Amino acid sequence: MNLDFTPEYEAFRSEVRDFLETHKESAPRMSDRGVRSEKRKAWQKILLEHGYAARTLPKEYGGYGAAPDALKSRIIAEEFSRAKMPGGISGQGINMLVPTLLELGTEEQKQKYIEPTLTGDMVWCQGYSEPGAGSDLAALRTAAVLEGDHFVVNGQKIWTSTAAQADMIFCLVRTEPDAPKHQGISYLLFSMDTPGIEVRPLMTMTGQAEFNEVFFTDVRVPADQIVGKRGEGWMVANATLTHERGMLGDPDAALSRLNSIAEIMQTETIDGAPLMDNAVYRDRLIALQGEVYAMKFNGMRLTTYANEKKSAGMAGMIVKLQGCELNHRLAELAIDVMGEYGILFEDSPFIRDHGMWQTAYMFDLGLIIGGGSAQIQKNIISERGLDMPREPKVAKK
Amino acid sequence: MYFGLSEDQIMLQDSVRRFLETQSDLEHVRVYAEGDDALAGQLQQGLMELGVPLVLIPEAQGGLGMGVLEAALIQEMLGRFVTPSAFTPAYGMAVAGLNVGADADQRNVWLGRIAGGEVVMGVGVTEAVGAREGAGVTLAGTSVSGRASFVMGAETANHFLLAAGESLVIIDRAADGVRETDLTTIDKTRKVIMLDLENVACEVLGGSAQPAVETMVNVGRVLLAADSFGAADMMVQKAVAYAKDREQFNRPIASFQAVKHMCADMAAQLEPCRSLLWYAAYAQDNVPEEGPLMSCMAKSHISEVGKFIARTATEVHGGMGFTDLMGLHYWFKRIGFNRQLLGGPEKTRHDAAVLQGFAK
Repeated sequence: MNLDFTPEYEAFRSEVRDFLETHKESAPRMSDRGVRSEKRKAWQKILLEHGYAARTLPKEYGGYGAAPDALKSRIIAEEFSRAKMPGGISGQGINMLVPTLLELGTEEQKQKYIEPTLTGDMVWCQGYSEPGAGSDLAALRTAAVLEGDHFVVNGQKIWTSTAAQADMIFCLVRTEPDAPKHQGISYLLFSMDTPGIEVRPLMTMTGQAEFNEVFFTDVRVPADQIVGKRGEGWMVANATLTHERGMLGDPDAALSRLNSIAEIMQTETIDGAPLMDNAVYRDRLIALQGEVYAMKFNGMRLTTYANEKKSAGMAGMIVKLQGCELNHRLAELAIDVMGEYGILFEDSPFIRDHGMWQTAYMFDLGLIIGGGSAQIQKNIISERGLDMPREPKVAKK
Repeated sequence: MYFGLSEDQIMLQDSVRRFLETQSDLEHVRVYAEGDDALAGQLQQGLMELGVPLVLIPEAQGGLGMGVLEAALIQEMLGRFVTPSAFTPAYGMAVAGLNVGADADQRNVWLGRIAGGEVVMGVGVTEAVGAREGAGVTLAGTSVSGRASFVMGAETANHFLLAAGESLVIIDRAADGVRETDLTTIDKTRKVIMLDLENVACEVLGGSAQPAVETMVNVGRVLLAADSFGAADMMVQKAVAYAKDREQFNRPIASFQAVKHMCADMAAQLEPCRSLLWYAAYAQDNVPEEGPLMSCMAKSHISEVGKFIARTATEVHGGMGFTDLMGLHYWFKRIGFNRQLLGGPEKTRHDAAVLQGFAK
């Protein structure tokens, strides 16, 4: 154990701090999530120039070209979090498509798509899930039939975030209807302006349309807009899923949520006494604090594994399941301690923290379900982590 | 920045693991639990040869001068193999207490004797955590009277280090006025007793007692957490192995999602506890301002996860888990015992709240 950073890394930390201090006027607000926000794009340009976005991506495609360094990545995340300043544009184009193209794209695709994606000029959405293909993604049925030099796409996608704003979609389609389900899929890139695409917002329980349904009717996609070969789309998509898990967020996000709840409990009162004086509320807070610390130290362990280029094993496999569950329970506690004030919603008078706790409570439930549901996570943990056998397939009637 | 164990720490833990794999297998544990103390002596001797009792004793007094993290790694293995051992009180808490609370001469004498094997300390600090039923020991001059309850380390101790009001004292177990009451607990691998004292001659430690008692409690909580972690880790492993072996409906029960998800839940809750334990143990020596809080976090959280695993792993074993044949209950009871000593989860969380100014 050695929790200190070497002078070289401390110097790097100062560099990051100086950068943040110098450029704080240019940073958009944390709540500015608009994918078309000019302020965010301008901020992204500054971050790209200084290596705080696309840090390890090759220069020739618009990246910064730095060697991968898990400790520097962590320091950047820590310092941006401490300064309460937003990092670069994230989203499925940067997080999932770009690493996939780097690994499996043609040279032409890399040249054409990576740089504008990094700058935020080209916004992507992900066409994976379908009404009949959720956890069983490989059961997807959106069909692409080759006619001359075009694929003709028909079908429907769901849970497509940013579909309404996106310029482009990376999309899984079935090109080989007679092949076994994992071998009949291809990975296509096409413009969301192509005729035959209809986007319908999907309103969720939070009152927002965070997702969309996307319908394809005879959408014509040039045949060279494929990543990998025909029938290899499942393998291509799994390359991006690996990248999704590699995303680095705010290492202390859960701890700052917990601290916000402690602050509410110290400042708000019931019967004239602070909420913190209620032994039951307090016990729940401290119980969650134990879990928050356990996950924080688990995260530090993951940084060390990444730095040593070792597999994180079980410590990595459990993060999505435990992290989402913990965030959800933190929001649940915040609502419970606020009692009646906890049910206020949207722009209600007297609402606390702009209603973020109810929104988080609902949205985090969505995160428990999405991106590989809790049940799928448990299958992964038991099969890959504990070496337990798969559930036998039911014979087809 | 390196969050993990050093090669030396891994080797230390592996050497204890290898020794216990053969010397603390279930059959040995059963023999001990049925009252055959000869085995405990043999185990004690083997652990002594590995240097285990010396871990926290400074080099100046003949010890290894290692830290609480090393002690926790050893304790994890003792929990893993439900080893009959008084390591937590005798070589964890007592040594940590003497390091802080004894004056220079007393440190030389008592730590030297512990290192040499002539003295084995039990500890009585239950009342410093929370005095039930009016128990407590008071010091008058150089003798102590009163009740110390749930005194730890009674299986091997020939002396006791006791909190007595604002002081910390050592008594000889064979001294006049010491009356012991043996207790039967759920856990047959460790022994706690009631000590009733009437004007028992004692040696009062010359250093500051309050920080010494707090150190003993903090180190004790970390080690009990380590023991429960090791026991719980073994229970998950046993449950997974059993589920792969046991067949029902013509297939291993490990292929049923209902069973797999129980195992995944156990693993998912346990894995972050490993990092919490490492940090809590490391903090005792290296991040002193966080040491007390982290010992509370580790003790309370790992007790809760341990309880969940104790019941869930037993359930995965079905009816067999409930029998004595399988012996799984030794782990179940070990975790249950650790949970209550030195403050259960609610008490420990209350202490954590006080430390942060959230409660008085």
